[in-house]
Amino acid sequence: MSKPILEIERLNAWFGTQHVLKDVSLTAESQQITALIGPSGCGKSTFIRCLNRLHEVVPDATVSGSVKLSGTDIYGPGVDPVMIRRRVGMVFQKPNPFPTMSVYDNVAAGLRLSGTRRRAVLDERVEQTLRQAALWDEVKEVLHKSGASLSGGQQQRLCIARALAVEPEVLLLDEPCSALDPIATSKIEELLLVLKKTYSVLIVTHNMQQAARVSDFTGFFLLGELVEFGETGQLFTNPKDRRTEDYITGRFG
Amino acid sequence: MTPTLPLGRRLTNGIMLSLTGVCTVTVIGVLFFILGYITYHGISALDWNFFTKLPKPVGETGGGMANAIVGTLKLLLLASLIGVPIGFIGGVYLAEYGRKNTIGFLIRYAADLLNGIPSIVMGIFAYTIIVLPMGHFSTLAGGVALGIMMIPIAVRSAEEFIKLVPATIREAGLGLGLPEWKVVSFIVIPSAFRGILTGIMLDLARVAGETAPLLFTAFSNRFWSRGWLEPIASLPVMIYTYAITPYEDWHRQAWAAGLVLLILVLGANVISRLVLHRRLTG
Repeated sequence: MSKPILEIERLNAWFGTQHVLKDVSLTAESQQITALIGPSGCGKSTFIRCLNRLHEVVPDATVSGSVKLSGTDIYGPGVDPVMIRRRVGMVFQKPNPFPTMSVYDNVAAGLRLSGTRRRAVLDERVEQTLRQAALWDEVKEVLHKSGASLSGGQQQRLCIARALAVEPEVLLLDEPCSALDPIATSKIEELLLVLKKTYSVLIVTHNMQQAARVSDFTGFFLLGELVEFGETGQLFTNPKDRRTEDYITGRFG
Repeated sequence: MTPTLPLGRRLTNGIMLSLTGVCTVTVIGVLFFILGYITYHGISALDWNFFTKLPKPVGETGGGMANAIVGTLKLLLLASLIGVPIGFIGGVYLAEYGRKNTIGFLIRYAADLLNGIPSIVMGIFAYTIIVLPMGHFSTLAGGVALGIMMIPIAVRSAEEFIKLVPATIREAGLGLGLPEWKVVSFIVIPSAFRGILTGIMLDLARVAGETAPLLFTAFSNRFWSRGWLEPIASLPVMIYTYAITPYEDWHRQAWAAGLVLLILVLGANVISRLVLHRRLTG
């Protein structure tokens, strides 16, 4: 049996006075894919941004509640958000490679900027993570070209490689395929199924088929609340809550 | 049959299109007219001597402005040493830490006011704090006057270009578990570097042509200026002094000085862009 990697209890989040996340509690299992679905503006992106303390970098954004990463509360006193983000990597909605850096430098950025200088170490890690991200064969000839010169799907896999290069325990993906075409999307989905052997993955998606295809657990968010959370098969075939059923059957206004 | 648009819309379209066309031609036309006019008048007095010789006394023909060319370069170097670091670091502060607080507001307001101060007042200021205590005109005083003039534009352009870097780039850096100062120094600022450099080049170009603040700071010099504490010749002041004399030969040299100043500024601009472009794509 897998063990919990993230235990979230009564998580609340605000932008100024706007209460965008209300008493969300869920537990994500280690080496599983947890998908979060729900309509736009329901708080699912805010939710995963709370899991690596990125929510608080927005001015006036606040959080309460507890998030335990392998047992330690990431909002506990004296916890350095920088160390948390090192352990919880993130991939964003729009591919965002660092524009002034080459493919190689993008992947090496996290290590290099935290002090790893040895060329051999960097070379090895760059190749290894690009292979993990299923991108190596496509970019091995253009490692020193700008990361921005790749196609959208390649850029997103580059961003995944960049996040993996610092060896996080958890990988958060915020609608990683929403800017990609179906072929690029299926490549990312195949990749996620491989990555879950090593990492714990949380993915926010608008696409219910995607959640059903790749995830082990699914949570349904609505208006800042977690309406239902359970095994993916069960949630999609036999939802307990009426609102979940309405949403997944497309009856939702 | 192709449907035709109603007459009114075709008419409006035609008028607006011609209007934008006329404005475009005017803008480009004025620029090329100035460039052409200066080149036409300046090229005839431009020879090897102009770049290598000192000015000749009144009545003798020939001579050059070697000292003024070097003088302008020295003044600009001094101005950049003051204006660029202060402006750049101030801009980083405003964009990263002073977006909404009182200090940020004050800095921004002060920079905008400073930008509005007439350049001759800047000259008087440098005169008061440097020339008077030292008792004589100096390169230093001229450089300081120009350097202070550079600050407001450098601050605001650095701020604007750093703000243009998308928040997602900053968040990607933070998401890798990098401390904020590293994200700013090694990811955000390099992404804005091309814009910041363009801003600084424009800023330099602006002060390169300033005459008023130099009149009673750097003054001028018919000979080589040794070190940084003597008065020094500069192209704009030479243009000014030569243009108001009654001598035909000096008028031609003033045109040539104008052309050289223009080439210096344009050349620096083009070269910096080329170098940067090559570094980013190579």
